[in-house]
Amino acid sequence: MSSESRPIITMTDITKVYTVGGEEVRALDGANLTIREGEFVSIIGPSGSGKSTLMNIIGCLDVADSGEYILDGQSIEQYSEEELARIRNKKIGFIFQNFNLLSRMSALANVELPLIYQRIHMGDRREQAAQALARVGLTDRSNHKPTELSGGQQQRVAIARALATNPAILLADEPTGNLDSKTGEDILALFHELHRAGNTIVLITHDPKIASQAQRRINIMDGRVTEVGA
Amino acid sequence: MIVQSIKMAWEAITSNKMRSFLTMLGIIIGVMALVVLVSLVNGATGAVTSEITALGNDMVTVNIRDDKGSPMRLEDLDELAVLDAVGEAAPSGSMNATAKFGYSDVTVSLYGTTPAYYNVQGLHMKYGRFLKTADVENASYVTVLAYNTAEELFGKADVVGEQLTIGGRSFLVVGVLEEDTSLFASMIGGYSAYAPFTVESRMADEPYVTALSVSPGGNTDETESQVESFMLARFNQDEDAFRLMNMSSISDAMSTVTGTLSLLLGGIAAISLLVGGIGIMNIMLVSVTERTKEIGIRKAIGAGKKSIMMQFLIEALMVSLMGCLLGLALSWLILEVATVIAKTIAFSMSIGVVLLAVGFSSIIGLIFGLYPANKAANKHPIEALRYEG
Ligand SMILES: Nc1ncnc2c1ncn2[C@@H]1O[C@H](COP(=O)(O)OP(=O)(O)OP(=O)(O)O)[C@@H](O)[C@H]1O
Ligand SMILES: [Mg+2]
Repeated sequence: MSSESRPIITMTDITKVYTVGGEEVRALDGANLTIREGEFVSIIGPSGSGKSTLMNIIGCLDVADSGEYILDGQSIEQYSEEELARIRNKKIGFIFQNFNLLSRMSALANVELPLIYQRIHMGDRREQAAQALARVGLTDRSNHKPTELSGGQQQRVAIARALATNPAILLADEPTGNLDSKTGEDILALFHELHRAGNTIVLITHDPKIASQAQRRINIMDGRVTEVGA
Repeated sequence: MIVQSIKMAWEAITSNKMRSFLTMLGIIIGVMALVVLVSLVNGATGAVTSEITALGNDMVTVNIRDDKGSPMRLEDLDELAVLDAVGEAAPSGSMNATAKFGYSDVTVSLYGTTPAYYNVQGLHMKYGRFLKTADVENASYVTVLAYNTAEELFGKADVVGEQLTIGGRSFLVVGVLEEDTSLFASMIGGYSAYAPFTVESRMADEPYVTALSVSPGGNTDETESQVESFMLARFNQDEDAFRLMNMSSISDAMSTVTGTLSLLLGGIAAISLLVGGIGIMNIMLVSVTERTKEIGIRKAIGAGKKSIMMQFLIEALMVSLMGCLLGLALSWLILEVATVIAKTIAFSMSIGVVLLAVGFSSIIGLIFGLYPANKAANKHPIEALRYEG
């Protein structure tokens, strides 16, 4: 089924080189990767293997030094920061290890934030944000600030924020890293639910147990991508 | 987007009220300095200028300092009065004398003059009449009292027909002037009385005209030059023989002085606003660093450079404008209090100075917000996200 659907991410020979103190670090060294619509993929690798670098490039927070990256039919090249921001806003839903919510704002306002940058009007925005919060089961916490929520609830708000814009992919970097195992399982269950609903999910982790929950598992080692299982 | 930026700025400002207020303080003080100083100067100038206009309107006064052996007589004033740019001409001899009525006495300035004085000086009667030509010709011992003189001596103002002594001589009160409530009167103070020139000159032992005032027949400048050439001709072209004064030239000089003064004070206020702006920039820079993570998050979920720039710029602008508003409110309060204290002067903020304050604050907010906002907008999203503060 999945092999027939449309590719959302196609990476060919992606390299990213950091130069620190005159020494080159090849964070990504010719990575090749294809992720199709509706897939739930995990990317696993040891610390320093290039997971976050890969995620930054997939998420258009950074651009590759060389290679081709096509996101949702659009080739990501040397775009300006402004254009990259617009692509992130429309196509990517980020979920971070440390939630990254704005502590001054209510849960609802946090979920609304990406919609604000889409210039969606107040009424529609509220409704869309409320729907996203409902999907993660937090309607009754709409007006709570992040500090008034548990870690798991905060991560749900972050997931709602990622969902609110209906992005092409949900990109999660160690989403359960700051949670206890029980709460982590709840969050993973939510990912499964979203996957069943048709969302494309890329989950980055160094935990094999979590990685194995995904439909497909991709290994990364020293900046090179190898596929395990199928 | 602007509405959103304003909302965000409002949230940021209200989330740390004390700091925001302290940041505003520079602008508050600057605006207060600007508005209060300029309004005080303007109010005082306005009051004094209207006094001058009301007082001598546009008369020209001449003081003869050295008669060169050919002193001016009362009759000589007729020659002056026929000049086409001269309306009326009146002498004003003056002496100090003690006025007595019953047991009360007061030192008055006794002015010896003619009926023309009434119009030249722009006086108004409360009771009775002013001096008449017959009073001057007959050297009658009649007097017109200033309102406050009558009150001081008689304990009331309506004293026409009463008899009093001035300088030991008995006078009949024929008129009382309207009360002079002007700033000048309250500043100069004193009591005055008016008598026929012929009477006063005899009492003062000064038979000649040493001071006179002239009302213009049309253009005041014309009057001034005609009177001047008349006097020059009279005193062998000696400029030092007399001194000519014109009320409008006094008020001109005065507005130049106050104009310079308000420019100077405004300049000082502008400098304090500038210092306020630097305060805003300082705090905004701290705020941008503190909120690096926030900037990273916003960028990750799709905020472009422009949105971030706008957010921080509007925040700086808002701090500045809120400071301006508070400053204006406080200025208004101060000016109200000043009005109560000054009694005779009403100080108010002109639209001009309010606009100046708002305009200046906006510019300060924008200029000093620009650098921090630009710094925020240019943060790299990945590094910003990684920031732990
Ligand atoms: N900004 C940077 N400057 C220099 N080197 C960097 C930078 N970011 C990453 N690297 C290097 O690139 C390599 C890959 O880093 P990356 O953060 O992608 O690893 P990771 O797989 O996410 O590790 P972890 O599981 O610890 O998060 C590392 O060797 C790292 O030192
Ligand atoms: Mg990482």
